Amino acid sequence: MPDQTVTTPLTVEVEHTVEDYKSGVKPTWCPGCGDFGVLNAVYNSLRAKGYAPQDVVLVSGIGCSSRLPFFSSTYGFHTVHGRTMPIATGIKVANPNLKVLALGGDGDAFAIGGGHFIHAARRNLDVCYVIMDNAIYGLTKGQTSPTSMVGFVTKTTPKGTPDRPVNPLQLAMASGATFVARAFSGKPKELADLIVQGIDHKGFAIIDTYSPCPTFNKVNTFKYYRDQALELPKDHNPTDVMQAWARAQSTDPVYLGVLYRAEGEDSFEDHIASAQTGTEANAPEVIDSILERYA
Amino acid sequence: MAREDLVIRIAGEAGEGVLITGQMVTQATARAGYYVLTDSVPPAEIKGGYSFYQIRLGEQRLRARGDLVDVLLAFNQEAFDNSIEQLRDGGILIYDSAELHPAANDRYRSYAVPLSDIAKNQVELTLAKNMVAVGVVAGLFGLDPQHVHRLLMESKLAKKGEDILNKNLKAVDLGHAFVQENVAERGSLEVRPSKLEGRIVLSGNHAVALGALVAGCRRYAGYPITPATDIMEFLADELPKLGGAVIQAEDEIAAIGMVLGASYAGQKAMTATSGPGISLMTEMLGLASMAEIPAVVIDCQRSGPSTGMPTRHEQGDLNIAVYGGHGSIQRVVLAPTSVMDCFWTTIEAFNLAEEFQLPVVVLQDTVLAVRTESIPRPDLSKVNIVNRRTFAYQDSGDGKEPGYDAASGPEQYLRYQITADGVSPMAIPGTLGGAYVATGLEHTQAANTSSDARNHSAMTEKRFSKLKGAVAKAPAAHEYGDPSAEIGFLTWGSTLGVVAEAIDRLAARGIKAHALAPRMVWPLPTDQIDAFLENKRRVIVPEVNYAGQYAQLLKTHYQNVEFTRLNVYGGQPFDVSRIVESVDKDLEKAPSTNGTVDKTRTEAAVHA
Repeated sequence: MPDQTVTTPLTVEVEHTVEDYKSGVKPTWCPGCGDFGVLNAVYNSLRAKGYAPQDVVLVSGIGCSSRLPFFSSTYGFHTVHGRTMPIATGIKVANPNLKVLALGGDGDAFAIGGGHFIHAARRNLDVCYVIMDNAIYGLTKGQTSPTSMVGFVTKTTPKGTPDRPVNPLQLAMASGATFVARAFSGKPKELADLIVQGIDHKGFAIIDTYSPCPTFNKVNTFKYYRDQALELPKDHNPTDVMQAWARAQSTDPVYLGVLYRAEGEDSFEDHIASAQTGTEANAPEVIDSILERYA
Repeated sequence: MAREDLVIRIAGEAGEGVLITGQMVTQATARAGYYVLTDSVPPAEIKGGYSFYQIRLGEQRLRARGDLVDVLLAFNQEAFDNSIEQLRDGGILIYDSAELHPAANDRYRSYAVPLSDIAKNQVELTLAKNMVAVGVVAGLFGLDPQHVHRLLMESKLAKKGEDILNKNLKAVDLGHAFVQENVAERGSLEVRPSKLEGRIVLSGNHAVALGALVAGCRRYAGYPITPATDIMEFLADELPKLGGAVIQAEDEIAAIGMVLGASYAGQKAMTATSGPGISLMTEMLGLASMAEIPAVVIDCQRSGPSTGMPTRHEQGDLNIAVYGGHGSIQRVVLAPTSVMDCFWTTIEAFNLAEEFQLPVVVLQDTVLAVRTESIPRPDLSKVNIVNRRTFAYQDSGDGKEPGYDAASGPEQYLRYQITADGVSPMAIPGTLGGAYVATGLEHTQAANTSSDARNHSAMTEKRFSKLKGAVAKAPAAHEYGDPSAEIGFLTWGSTLGVVAEAIDRLAARGIKAHALAPRMVWPLPTDQIDAFLENKRRVIVPEVNYAGQYAQLLKTHYQNVEFTRLNVYGGQPFDVSRIVESVDKDLEKAPSTNGTVDKTRTEAAVHA
């Protein structure tokens, strides 16, 4: 088997700049897309962590925002629609030393991938998941999404969608996520800081990030979020689950920052590691003992 | 005179009793040196109801469960009702006299055994009823109860204290003694053990799991489904012992997603499922093909479509394994034919997946999944392990770090480089200079997305060219019978076992027949099949499905060959007699050119 933990001296010695994380591939997003701010925040958070690009894997689904890995010089896995979490889980369980950042849109996370989202949270997978939430399907040119408001008029819902929106933060909390935050791509510095916190957090960290789609969503715009969104009060206690729940429920204002955090919980990777009673060196002995059992 | 083989069916309510009795007899019988082959109803989601465990034992290697039963041990009325038809004329019925009172019948001989009474009153342990039954069965064909004693002493029972252990040993002896005293015909049931030593006894699913371990599989993700679950249960116990891991996923889509993630990150990984699961996995199988990620999927086929009959047999997933998914997909499909073959074919699956960086589906089937068989201990020195071609960073000496520089990055490492054999070195995350984005979008050699027509054509051809390499490395096909025969069976999976027994029966009547079961179902190993077809006048394709999926697949390539379909689709494997009949029918139509049968039957000595 190939060596699982290739690390070169470069990993620790080189001070990285943001440029080190750019692939040179030009983003395909529309001018004014919120995802640009998220991309910059991703670059900045990786630089702040000082990771060598080859030790990082950006995993995404399908959608405008899920193209993000192509714009980075790190490893990436652009999966299929909604399946970001299973692939990220496989990567982390194969090599827990890799730094895995999951990225994607609200459709990916809460519609087609809704089932996986819940279970990744339950497992407390040690991955930071940045959801670029624009309340619209952009790649397919403007249809309602699981975070669209009731009555939202789109090409597939000409009379307005009857479906109530998912509350990503409460869904994450109810599913067992141990780090739940909301961000706004109009505040990329704060977002970069939240991503660093999400990476540093041991366990499943979700950052629901308002990332407006200027082309197809004329309601949830940059201005809308600037008016609607408010930093959490200084005295917000993220370890107080009831307070977090109440502020996650609030729609006016919607709060930005770390709403909920549970520290000291074992991650999925911890459980996998603690179940491992041996190493590859034990393989011949284990196989022999199995054969003996069947004799 | 000892008989060649004996078929014993233990039938009762689904649950522990039938299974424990059956497994105990099987293991003791194998220890005593017999060849053993079993069939049973796979453990399903619901307790209760009719279940059986059928044991066939003999002096020579056995290949199928046996059409008819020589001895039926019925624990209750329902078991009797469901199994009595399969009891051979002149066979022996043994029943628990506390549970049922079947009317006398001239067709078979009946013996009432007070299993429950013996356990309750003589052993003074009601739960020991199963052990009385084990003793009864052992007494029938001449198995020394000492073999059972030794097993019990090694079992968990021994830890429950001397009293419990001794009661169970006594139960075995009482059952055995009952047969000695009461069953007059037991001499006619005697079977001699073979002389082969160093055998192991395991199920097809456990052989798959063991093969995976040996092949280097270190990550497994799965979702429980009958009849595949015991592969996962086996690996959940074993993988952590060598630094591996098993994940129970939330569904089959997640399971194969985790497999692809783990494989992308450099670990050999596998999932096992059945029909409903492989239906869900088809999109991810396409991703594995497109992003060129090695993956092994074991499909324990059961009766479909939809939920079908979860505990019943069918070879109905060939089409989805070969064709399932949208677009032009390249993958390899293998099918084992016996328990031993489950072990070796799983290793071949990993080797092909690794070498050609594509998904390999192994078409396991219910018969093999639940069958336990005594097989020679696999010779691990014959195992050949193939690992994927990986990318390793080489310093260009110009002081630049490859992959960091947007201008030079993609030029230095081409993840999907077009090569002579279509296989491109794969960078494992963590490798300097190898960073790329794996994607289900069409991409260039440098792994950048592309909708260019020429690129798509070239990359499609690149991916398909790998199948040429794969088919050149097809595992040897299994052959049986007389290669000079004009009548040929072209079959796959566990059906080969039944066909082989049919060929023996035909040979005994002086009729020559020859069988080929390619272990590589797709791509078609045409070299193997061409050679087989050369002298055949009639080619019969027996398979357990309605439409003749393998026959149809063969027809796509051999348009001028007439394949005679032979299908059963009731949820049971073929009876040997059904295969024999197909030849008789053919001979009625076409006058036989019977030659003398070569007594030295040939079989490709693949890993045997």
